[in-house]
Amino acid sequence: MGLLNLAIESIFIQNILLSLFLGMCSYLAQSKKMESAKGLGMAVIMVLTIATPLNWLIKHFLLDKGALAWTHIDAVANLDLSFLTFICFIAVIASLVQIVEMVVDRFFPVLYNSLGIFLPLITVNCSILGASLFMVERKYTLVESVVYGTSSGVGWALAIMSLAAIRKKVRYSNVPAGLRGLGLAFIITGLMAIGFLCFSGITLGG
Amino acid sequence: MAKLRKIVYDPLMDNNPITWQILGVCSALAVTTQVSTALVMSLALTIVTCGSNVAISLMRKVIPNKIRMIVELCVIATLVILADQILQAFVYDISKKLSVFVGLIITNCIVMGRAEAYALQNPPFKSFLDGLGNGLGYSIVLILVGGFRELLGSGKLLGYTVLSDQWYTGNTLMLLPPGAFVIIGLMIWFQRTYISKQLREED
Repeated sequence: MGLLNLAIESIFIQNILLSLFLGMCSYLAQSKKMESAKGLGMAVIMVLTIATPLNWLIKHFLLDKGALAWTHIDAVANLDLSFLTFICFIAVIASLVQIVEMVVDRFFPVLYNSLGIFLPLITVNCSILGASLFMVERKYTLVESVVYGTSSGVGWALAIMSLAAIRKKVRYSNVPAGLRGLGLAFIITGLMAIGFLCFSGITLGG
Repeated sequence: MAKLRKIVYDPLMDNNPITWQILGVCSALAVTTQVSTALVMSLALTIVTCGSNVAISLMRKVIPNKIRMIVELCVIATLVILADQILQAFVYDISKKLSVFVGLIITNCIVMGRAEAYALQNPPFKSFLDGLGNGLGYSIVLILVGGFRELLGSGKLLGYTVLSDQWYTGNTLMLLPPGAFVIIGLMIWFQRTYISKQLREED
């Protein structure tokens, strides 16, 4: 039940985009077409699912105070490298995205054709780094971090696909010139965020 | 001289990184429930942008083109670690409130975008001015949004009561995420109608 609650919380209640504002740049830029919104959404789910637990491992076996005890070398056993968190996480994410891109290209060419161009964009998508940093701040366990990563990705994909669908409808409306495009996208997002506020407080049993 | 001035002034209004180029929006929304957090965040971002622009501009002739993104990320991440440690040492309460968003300066598109688009081609001093201009442009928007949200949401500015709660009831929606989206949307509308007249072709 705990994990299911965590999933529901990070998809609906604490949606990574609508209540934590992470990944706004690519959200606004790529939501003009449904196709690209879907592709980017899937790519984000995939990278978040791998990156969050990977960063958990890095954090717990390399960076935390005393984390290097498994090496049995006295000189490093008590090191506290947690100030290196940012630079390690971003390096992990950047290289992970490259590896994922190569693997997908080699083994799943069909998937690569639809996701390929979106993968490089993901390195600078703040939702990936943001989810890893929240994972540290909220002290999740390894299993929780997998669930958290996946469901944050699902929440993000849900938000970008809804915006793409709404923008498709809005294209035929008569919007004031200055509000067209970006301004309206923000206001629509605001309304969506109000809608998502209704989910707050939902929990499933114990 | 006029040219140098233009480098600083241009991003403040006409070519503002947030409302016009749509860069670095994430943190602009997240840290603006109060003016004080917005101020600290703007300061941190301005310093990081200037620093990374100067550092990358100094190295621009020796960075191999293929790995330039990694080099840029390393420079930026190092500066952000410094900024984060300084904030934790001197303004611990505010750094707790900013939580992960200081770290997220690394993926803030303004820093990366200016390094990529400007510092790689220009000498250090001009890059410094460009970083300063874009940092200040970001700060203006952040402080405005923060001001609106704190004033309308809790009737205060920088913690001092402006609208007395005897006749003003705080609009909690402003402190919640939707308020931030709507305020930025309205600001973009205002800016595109009155300040930057030439409208970009969009859908």
